[in-house]
Amino acid sequence: MKKALTAIAAAAFAFAGLSGTASAENEKFVLISHAPDSDSWWNVIKNAIKVAGDQMGAEVEYRNPPTGDLADMARIVEQAAATNPDGIIVTIADFNVLKGPITDAVDKGIPVITINSGTQEQSEELGALMHVGQPEYDAGFGAGKRAAAAGAKSFVCVNHYITNPASVERCRGFADALGVELGSQMIDSGQDPSEVKNKVSAYLNAHQDVDAVLTLGPNSAHPTLAALRDAGLAGEIMFGTFDLSSEIAEAIKAGEINFAIDQQPYLQGYLPVVILTNYARYSVLPSGHINSGPGFITKDNIAQVEKYAGEYR
Amino acid sequence: MSDERLKQVSAIRRAMIRPELGAICGTILVFVFFFMIAGDSGMFSPEGIQNWGVVSAQFAIIAVGACLLMIAGEFDLSVGSMIGFAGVVIAILSVQWGLPVWLSIIAAFIVCTALGALNGFLVIKTGLPSFIVTLAFLYILRGLTIWLSILTTRQTIIGGVKEAAEGDPLAWLFGGVIFKGLFQWLGDIGVIDTFTRGSRMGQPVVEGLPMLVIWALALIIFGHWLLTKTRFGNWIFASGGDAQAARYVGVPVNRVKILMFMFTAFCATVFATCQVMEFGSAAADRGLLKEFEAIICVVIGGALLTGGYGSVIGAALGALIFGVVQQGLFFAGAESSLFRVFLGGILIFAVIMNTYIRRMITGER
Repeated sequence: MKKALTAIAAAAFAFAGLSGTASAENEKFVLISHAPDSDSWWNVIKNAIKVAGDQMGAEVEYRNPPTGDLADMARIVEQAAATNPDGIIVTIADFNVLKGPITDAVDKGIPVITINSGTQEQSEELGALMHVGQPEYDAGFGAGKRAAAAGAKSFVCVNHYITNPASVERCRGFADALGVELGSQMIDSGQDPSEVKNKVSAYLNAHQDVDAVLTLGPNSAHPTLAALRDAGLAGEIMFGTFDLSSEIAEAIKAGEINFAIDQQPYLQGYLPVVILTNYARYSVLPSGHINSGPGFITKDNIAQVEKYAGEYR
Repeated sequence: MSDERLKQVSAIRRAMIRPELGAICGTILVFVFFFMIAGDSGMFSPEGIQNWGVVSAQFAIIAVGACLLMIAGEFDLSVGSMIGFAGVVIAILSVQWGLPVWLSIIAAFIVCTALGALNGFLVIKTGLPSFIVTLAFLYILRGLTIWLSILTTRQTIIGGVKEAAEGDPLAWLFGGVIFKGLFQWLGDIGVIDTFTRGSRMGQPVVEGLPMLVIWALALIIFGHWLLTKTRFGNWIFASGGDAQAARYVGVPVNRVKILMFMFTAFCATVFATCQVMEFGSAAADRGLLKEFEAIICVVIGGALLTGGYGSVIGAALGALIFGVVQQGLFFAGAESSLFRVFLGGILIFAVIMNTYIRRMITGER
């Protein structure tokens, strides 16, 4: 009994001790995302804050709600504010839920930069310094315009995180650009790859006239691609996706995916750390928001992108 | 001495050896541990205490229901989905249909306890394990929640409840804070930090005691009283211990079990209402995995998965341990993915310890 206790305590000490790195000024920042543990997309941002932290000599911690529950995320924001860091970087996954905790942090005098989800207006209303991200509806609309230019009339939007309102905005923007009403073309696919694949297959079987597919990230893009290959539609049907992974890059080169919308997450992690560090040290601050995206990745510019896919892109 | 009821037991042993002993030791250990590794991180500042206190209170609310149900020998895996469902019901009725918030809250309570009763009824009538029946409801309710919210708002998150709840008496009962004056005074004398700028300058960062905590305490006290001081409490133990034997001696086992399912649903609705009032919105993904978190709290608190044995106080301490560990690791600056490793370790350790204690209490089984 006693031995077991000592071992547990020792292990805990070991990993608690790992997280402190000494450096010049050693500002402490916390980045809080809304992503569940299963979301691989955030690795890029984790890498970015590590690079920025090492370069600037600041300590940046990454926090997220394990199941993606936004109420848990709000608690984490409150918790981060309680430790009085030199800055908080946070996504506005949902304005209503996070309004209280974020404004509390701002009112405590902690500099806050919002990233990724949410709009610039919301960021201003919360009293954050700036927003670094990609406007969701506009990105969806931009993708829809490309599809419309290619002659698409009807589409399916594979939504793997339907419980996040931003995801619906992306599908809505796409639908508006095509000039159709968003109804049942949005599939609630869930996160499980084989389920996503089977749902897409079933939808395509039932709707033979679909000529454009939009997926909202690697979690829905990979299985959808598999479904299209099985149906012999890969490369035949207009296929756009949000975000990038090495598999998506391969498919773009093969002509199976027409474009990927890149919001350049690396910048969403890297820039806030740099900006907050300089703000803490010299009180300098760029004015205005920063749009990290949308950038469209197509066959033409894939070469330089794919080298770092999944790591820094 | 042939009859165990007449056996002499020393007073000290009687005071020490109780179902929640493991949880009491665990609580002390966890606090000592975090005092050592995170004592200066703000974890034990008023703001930090509010943070893990509220999280623990949330766990405690659903743990009380899960505890009584588990002692009655049944499981409810639909707690998490029920939380999401209840929240969306409140939001749709108040924001979309424009009903007064107090009416929406009452409606949610009626609908959810009715669903709890349906759970219980199905378990009793079909004779299926509650594990299966409530697993079905985990999916049914989660699906309904997503479908309803998309149907009415075309979104999976429904905001605007805060605005609708302005000045609503029942809304305050779930989402308000009390002792504001006391906390303001504590802020003025510098015990609690105050906001340094913005519209709330000079106000304490901890506004007051959230009603959520009051609810948790009230449910713990009620649950403990029900279980240990009433005849109905004995029925709960009997139903979970050996349902057939209990029926022979006239315990209304079916009624007890259905009532406990309803109480679990009631607790989930309390949780949901507090959350909706605090954050001003309901979302389809609220409460994911909360049923397992409730079960973990109950098991850490010394209850038996097979029913007939456990304690509400233990479950409440289990909730406290869970909340302190979850938030404490953040304060300690540990890698957050390791939280689960830690929790799993605590769970195994607690169950082993509780088994040992239970054997001491009940004699070798």
